[in-house]
Amino acid sequence: MKKTLMKGNEAVAEAAIRAGCKCYFGYPITPQNEVGAYMSAKLHQHGGVFLQAESEIAAINMVYGCAATGTRCMTSSSSPGISLKTEGISYMAGADLPAVILSVQRGGPGLGTIQPSQADYFQTTRALGHGDLHLPVFAPYSVQEMVDVTTKAFDIAEEYRTPVIILADGLLGQMMEPVSFDDEEVIEKPEKTFDWVADGHMGKRKKNIITSLQIESEELEQTITAREKRFEKLKANHTQSESVNCDDADIVIAAYGSASRVVQSAMEMAREEGLKVGTFRPVTISPFPVNAIVKACKNAKKVLVVEMSLGQMVDDVKMALEHKIPVEFYGRQGGFVPGPQEILDVVRRLK
Amino acid sequence: MRVNEYLIAGFGGQGVLFAGKLLANIGLVSDKQVTWMPSYGPAMRGGVCNCSVCISDLLIGSPVVHLPDTLICMNSPSFDKYVPAVKKGGAAFIDSSIIDQKFDGKDITCHYVPATKLAVDNGFSTNFGIIVMLGKVIKESGICDTETVRKALETFVSAKKASLIDTNIKAIELGLNA
Repeated sequence: MKKTLMKGNEAVAEAAIRAGCKCYFGYPITPQNEVGAYMSAKLHQHGGVFLQAESEIAAINMVYGCAATGTRCMTSSSSPGISLKTEGISYMAGADLPAVILSVQRGGPGLGTIQPSQADYFQTTRALGHGDLHLPVFAPYSVQEMVDVTTKAFDIAEEYRTPVIILADGLLGQMMEPVSFDDEEVIEKPEKTFDWVADGHMGKRKKNIITSLQIESEELEQTITAREKRFEKLKANHTQSESVNCDDADIVIAAYGSASRVVQSAMEMAREEGLKVGTFRPVTISPFPVNAIVKACKNAKKVLVVEMSLGQMVDDVKMALEHKIPVEFYGRQGGFVPGPQEILDVVRRLK
Repeated sequence: MRVNEYLIAGFGGQGVLFAGKLLANIGLVSDKQVTWMPSYGPAMRGGVCNCSVCISDLLIGSPVVHLPDTLICMNSPSFDKYVPAVKKGGAAFIDSSIIDQKFDGKDITCHYVPATKLAVDNGFSTNFGIIVMLGKVIKESGICDTETVRKALETFVSAKKASLIDTNIKAIELGLNA
């Protein structure tokens, strides 16, 4: 299909509509307002509902209720808003409900800045709400990949009965790039039904109860281990990453999302200087592509992790490599996107 | 071709984002990789606005332009901030009907064009000044012909505003002859 220029935020919304998302609940916050704006203009044309809630907490609980009926639904927000949604996300994970949640990071802590940041890696991969839970997180690096992972996220959410997170940032949300979709038009999909839903059955079947409350320890432990088994299966089937020029690389630079774009340019500049540099980019940051990074770094003398934060993914890299290779870190904070020259300078110092 | 980095800067309302969109769509219809990145932050909220556009044959890394190859400069604050940032061998297009400063650096080519005045003198509204300037950029860089500009406009100007395509083309032509 022909390519058009779209903002990352709009592209996610369009991809969601095409994936059969029927309900969007959200509350405005920069830099992700285009998602809600796009949904408010388009979703109703496809038999869906856009609703601006009175708060982020209200919005995530509307998603909770909507997901309980088996309807494809989503919400989106940015850092402070995602913090507010974490309680609801934990309840949804506890109730095994599928939904897609887009997190467009901005600089923090607190209200911070509306500029792009990657400071919510820990929040997203470790602590999207309390409790024993692992949630799948996609971290796209281009507008096209935002489309691709959104399409996938809805399917995975239903297959594994889990909220799925897409972690972007202000840069990916606001920038325009050429994107294409599989089909020329939106193709309406038949709505699926599931045996676990609470959608009003008029006494025709046994009742379903959607709840995260499991007061008996035996029961809760069973549920958690069954859920973790599903996550293990997800790990085997959907862990995704990309490595470039790693086979002969002395230095592998690992980065995700926006930072990985800059890293890619820096790698090309380094190669032009004859420096053997490769790049590793996780597409899923949870589950983290442990095997893939070990393979990518097998000939590396040093690994450099670049993030737009004080350093968060760097911990996952160190754990994955079991401290067998020295891991260095370079980061910018406060909403700054590093330039490729800046990263090249760091690489030269490592040599 | 390496990445060609453009920075367009001015006040909100001058059409900075629109001009950037047009430039990005010129790249798109020419089958190039493109990125378009607006300033959506504190700068925008203070009234000053800029927009980064990258056009390349290869994958584009950062869409944020720090050191432009080509700068379109539509007000004094962006003259002070961005003209010194233009890459060696690059070009700055400066609206001399708005900015009276001159740049004394030697490594870049400065084109002083009274774009906004040209637009108004020829019956356009002030926000076509930047389109006139884009015409001048196209003339000096030779990135495309008028037909490509028309194709680019058609990809993103909605059918309801189709009459604006001809108006924009006329403003581009004014810049091509400036």
